Amino acid sequence: MARLMLVRVARLVATLLVVTFLSFIMTSLLPGDPAVAILGQDGVQNEELLRQVQDDLGLNDPIIVRYVNWLGSALSGDLGESYINSGQEVSDVIADRVPVTAQLAVMAIVIALILAIPVGILGAYKQGRWQDKASSAGVQVALSVPNFITGIFLIWFLSVKLDLLPASNWNRISNKGIWANLQTAIMPAMALGLTQAAIFSRLVRSDMVATLKENYVLAARAKGLGDGYILARHALRPSSLSLATIIGINFGALLGGTVVIETLFAIPGLGFRLINAISQRDIMVIQGITVFLAVVYVVINFLVDLFYSVLDPRIRRN
Amino acid sequence: MPGIRNFTLVIRGERRERDPSMTATSSAIGGRLNRDSDDLLVVEDLKTHFEVPAGMVKAVDGVSFSLGRGRTLGVVGESGSGKTVLSRTLMNLNLGSNVHSSGSAIFEGRQLVGVKPKQLRDLWGLDIAMVFQDPMTSLNPVVKVGRQVTEHIRKHLGVSKAEARETAIQLLRSVRIPEAESRFEAYPHELSGGMRQRVSIAIALACGPKLLLADEPTTALDVTVQHQILNLLAQQRRERNMAMVLVTHDLGVVAGRTDEIAVMYAGRIVEKASTKVLFSDVRHPYTEALLRSIPKTSNRNHTRLAAIAGRPPDLINPPSGCKFSPRCPYAQPKCFEEEPPEVNAFEDHLFSCHYPVGTEENKAAWDRNLAAGRPETVAVATGSVSEVDIRAKGEEILADLTTSEGAD
Ligand SMILES: Nc1ncnc2c1ncn2[C@@H]1O[C@H](COP(=O)(O)OP(=O)(O)OP(=O)(O)O)[C@@H](O)[C@H]1O
Ligand code: SF4
Ligand SMILES: [Mg+2]
Repeated sequence: MARLMLVRVARLVATLLVVTFLSFIMTSLLPGDPAVAILGQDGVQNEELLRQVQDDLGLNDPIIVRYVNWLGSALSGDLGESYINSGQEVSDVIADRVPVTAQLAVMAIVIALILAIPVGILGAYKQGRWQDKASSAGVQVALSVPNFITGIFLIWFLSVKLDLLPASNWNRISNKGIWANLQTAIMPAMALGLTQAAIFSRLVRSDMVATLKENYVLAARAKGLGDGYILARHALRPSSLSLATIIGINFGALLGGTVVIETLFAIPGLGFRLINAISQRDIMVIQGITVFLAVVYVVINFLVDLFYSVLDPRIRRN
Repeated sequence: MPGIRNFTLVIRGERRERDPSMTATSSAIGGRLNRDSDDLLVVEDLKTHFEVPAGMVKAVDGVSFSLGRGRTLGVVGESGSGKTVLSRTLMNLNLGSNVHSSGSAIFEGRQLVGVKPKQLRDLWGLDIAMVFQDPMTSLNPVVKVGRQVTEHIRKHLGVSKAEARETAIQLLRSVRIPEAESRFEAYPHELSGGMRQRVSIAIALACGPKLLLADEPTTALDVTVQHQILNLLAQQRRERNMAMVLVTHDLGVVAGRTDEIAVMYAGRIVEKASTKVLFSDVRHPYTEALLRSIPKTSNRNHTRLAAIAGRPPDLINPPSGCKFSPRCPYAQPKCFEEEPPEVNAFEDHLFSCHYPVGTEENKAAWDRNLAAGRPETVAVATGSVSEVDIRAKGEEILADLTTSEGAD
């Protein structure tokens, strides 16, 4: 087991190296010169100054040198400074934004699971009957409605009509406490969660349909056990492997991909900041956030792998 | 093998229709007067059809039998003859909206067919239990062995967790699982195939069922383990006076361990008799073909039925007349047109055939087909076993198996 872990960690490190290098190259392929962005139209006239700034930023070094330099400081926790907002540490930007987005992503996934697991199980259990058809139709609708439409609907309904929740803004737990925080977090999380719920419930349903045909489910029926017990005790866990995979992937995607919802609800999240940095060619920030997201992806996948063995004891041995 | 002549298998509808004097005689011989109330399970005209795009798959198409308490019925037939569907129908395990079951199966006065599963849950696992064909797939891979052995004990017998555990460990010991305590905490994949099947048997026996349905319980296991498992089943059955339906491909398995044998072909029982009678007085050409396909060499205990010439019948559009006619060496024009009725010969020996083996008509049919060069007939005639007297062979197999069974 210890050796196994060692191999896994080694693989993790290798993956991270490749991923950071690739994202470094990609970011440097972005059109537009950060030096120009920093100096503005006037500064560009001054060739000397431009060269100076470019040299300072290391933009004239070969890419591999820049990567090694960057990696060296990144390993010591220094992701550099923002080009645009001078003095702002990239690691501070991330530390500031990640809790917001991560909270949204976690809440969205939790809401999605609460909706998806019962719906998916119901669809499989009543396969082909009206309950299945109705829930499949609902899932289809949920899949085809974009997040922001759900968000707009929620704002209209919960904020405007019922006046229950604030329509936008974000209350930090540290400032306003958990309750005020949840009031601002619940709507965007629901908007994000609905799509996830639709995806998850499809997976649960199709895996569950397959599981319910397994001999061990028939054997459980032949023991006179109740359907609810069989579904929960015998069928759910073996039907959750692809769900675990998709949760991992989508969690990563939510961390970087909630810009539209963050914009709609005026949430100071990571995606928001990333888009901002991209439009300003603030390479250090782009690079830092990209690498952070990549690391999160890889780490989550690693955790999902570990979780497999919790779900299925047969994997523990290999 | 106790009580071979005291067999309990009767086709009830048939017997009532017949000449009353004959019924009386056969009842007297079998000592079965007024023993109808002993019947644990009475199956009548049971059918299970599956609706598929190409039509109706008539997997079980009118099966009738009854089974007395503590008796063992062997169900034999080629792959696809409907054995699994039959046992699953009795357990209400054919799931899906395309399943159509009809007929009746009465277990201790309770109807098993066409009833909501919910109404039968108190029977399953308690009075009727099942052992599945493949121990690799019939235990849940993500649930510990212990829970799988105790969950229905707790449900049916309402005992505490600790008591259920105690019972389960006793059970695991009684099916000769070594180190039962530690196996209790194991996951199925940590056990060998034979051990898993022992666990499945322990699960089935846990609540002391009156009827055990065993669907090819050893087909997936290797030869030595097969033998142990079958003997374990037989021993447990004897000790508990439990009735058993033993479904199998393997004539050797039923020969040594059953009171009666029902031979299935294309969803029907084509011949049924006490084990001894079936082997010594085979009547149906299909049963004869099954017997013929057993190799002469030793170790026939574990021989799968060798393929019989010709293809198994299409269950959606079965052949007209006798379903075996396209493969039967004795088939006559009548066979292709008219479905043979079920005949009850002496001592509840049932079969459906126009030209039963051992009769003059059968011999004449054989000669006619041979003269006409009917390929199915010629194939048998030129086959290596054509000279073997099939009855002598049946007796020999039976003697062989009964002794080897006694020696275990
Ligand atoms: N759910 C189903 N839908 C359609 N056809 C089915 C279904 N289940 C079984 N069948 C068909 O019913 C027929 C009988 O199958 P069954 O499994 O009972 O055969 P068997 O005698 O048990 O064979 P084997 O010895 O191979 O186990 C087969 O032709 C099979 O294809
Ligand atoms: S009825 Fe005819 S075809 Fe059918 S088994 Fe008897 S002899 Fe063969
Ligand atoms: Mg079968």
